[in-house]
Amino acid sequence: MSEIPSARPPVVAGEIAVRGVSKSYGAAQFRKAVVRECSFKIEQGKLTVMIGPSGCGKSTLIRLLAGFEQPTEGSITLDGAPISGPDRDRLVLFQETALFPWMSTWNNILYGPRARGELDRGTLEFAEFLLNKVGLREFRNKYPGQLSGGMQRRAELARAMINNPKVMILDEPFRGLDAMTKELMWEYYSRLYEENRRTNFFVTTDIDEAVFLADRVLVMSNIPTQVRAVIEVDLPRPRRLSDIVESDRANDVKKQALSILHTEAMRSFSRGSKAAADFVDAYLKRAGRA
Amino acid sequence: MRKPLRSLLSSPVFWRGAVSIVAFVILWELGARSKQWMAPELFVPLKEMLGAMGFKKDYLPWIGVVPAPSTVLIAWIAVLGQGGYWQSWYMSLFRVMSGFVAAMLIGIPFGLLLAVSRTAQGIGFPVFEVLRPIPPLAWVPASIIFWPTQELAISFVTFLGAFYTIVINVLGGARSIDLHYFQAAQSMGSSQWDIFRRVILPGTLPSIVVGSAVGMGITWEVVVAAEMISGGGSQQSGAGGGLGFFIWSSYVGGSYEQIVVGMISIGIAGFASSELLRWLGRYVTPWLRVR
Repeated sequence: MSEIPSARPPVVAGEIAVRGVSKSYGAAQFRKAVVRECSFKIEQGKLTVMIGPSGCGKSTLIRLLAGFEQPTEGSITLDGAPISGPDRDRLVLFQETALFPWMSTWNNILYGPRARGELDRGTLEFAEFLLNKVGLREFRNKYPGQLSGGMQRRAELARAMINNPKVMILDEPFRGLDAMTKELMWEYYSRLYEENRRTNFFVTTDIDEAVFLADRVLVMSNIPTQVRAVIEVDLPRPRRLSDIVESDRANDVKKQALSILHTEAMRSFSRGSKAAADFVDAYLKRAGRA
Repeated sequence: MRKPLRSLLSSPVFWRGAVSIVAFVILWELGARSKQWMAPELFVPLKEMLGAMGFKKDYLPWIGVVPAPSTVLIAWIAVLGQGGYWQSWYMSLFRVMSGFVAAMLIGIPFGLLLAVSRTAQGIGFPVFEVLRPIPPLAWVPASIIFWPTQELAISFVTFLGAFYTIVINVLGGARSIDLHYFQAAQSMGSSQWDIFRRVILPGTLPSIVVGSAVGMGITWEVVVAAEMISGGGSQQSGAGGGLGFFIWSSYVGGSYEQIVVGMISIGIAGFASSELLRWLGRYVTPWLRVR
């Protein structure tokens, strides 16, 4: 793999502060709060993982962080400056691939620089470097439809990194990959993070993913979403999957997060159903006694 | 060139298709010649029975009156040497192409405009939706009155045939582009124009191709009917009024084999132009080919 250090722009890690943010949809009596008075920090240079039950409003939070939507109340700032819209300093990797199917891998990677008219020699070298980094050199002229799920994810990482964002936001990016590819992607992605220490915000519903990747885990409540707990994951880096599986600390973190998540998931499960609610009440009572 | 031929000859799909066409032609030939090999008395009991049930004998169709494929082939070979037949091809093709190209040139930008601008949609779409259910053929008399020449009138009607389909497809295609593509493009610093050029346009291309192929089919349907209704646009030159007029004048002149020749000619023309479009479509959307 050819290293071209000069081609790499320095990583500038940003810090996002979310203060008292609420977001509701719908008018008047149909109004539904998805996020309510939510506050947290995405610390500079850290990998923050947000985990919560499905349908808890995580994707809404991501749209707010990316600037696709504005919060109903509260403020979101990046390095002190309020977020007013989408920008290359906060790039999102979506659940489903958002690579443009009509562009080759190479052109997908170059999309951002081309859009901003920054396609110079240095950028091309950086693109080449990233293409090697994500192991897709032989696939530069292939369309996304010709790549496997794992390759698509890596191409998307490269397409985001070439814009040198201050914060990378990942919305369940490895969902839908098979178990084996997923674990490979965890190791690959965490190595990538360990190399550049960019601020990363990673959203997932998978507890193993959260514990393996995170410096900090934000455990979210059921809808309307709020932060239930913040767990610092002080496991040493670089991390390997085999080490994590055997680590007691990792298991502690996992248990801690799971107990909170379980309660939230039960609440979410029982929403709107009397029978399910009774079941959950009984379950919680029994669990409390034991 | 050998390899594709060999793979074609060893493909069951090809042979199934070939057998089906050959069997159809044989059955047609047998049916058309049924007078020669089947005694009419054979059907007397059946006819009597149907008559007893209240059906008139005259109401029964008889394939024996349809020209046989062999006689059609002979008639076809005969017209191949006539300028009028080729003139018909040329005229229909010209009308189809002029109407179709105009429909593309106006329909694609119009559809895209409706897709990207709420204002344009608010103004343009209601009128479009009111006019759309009117069949193109209902426009024939009005357009003959409106357009200074009959040639323009026919082209206009073929234009209408393709126009609605193209606009609807472009509009639907542009609207169904995944929101994430726009969000990704916006985040990476794309301007509105850049998003239009590099996201909306390529994202809509597959629908443009589909709309054009469907529109092309409708254009052939419309042109033939329009030529029949309007008398071909050039009565003085006889058979020079397009394939639709070719069929009509063959019917009027009692040359039944030529009717079928005209029908098959239109089938070939429609198929060839659709194939051409599909081929062009695959060429402009290479990412759909490689999957």
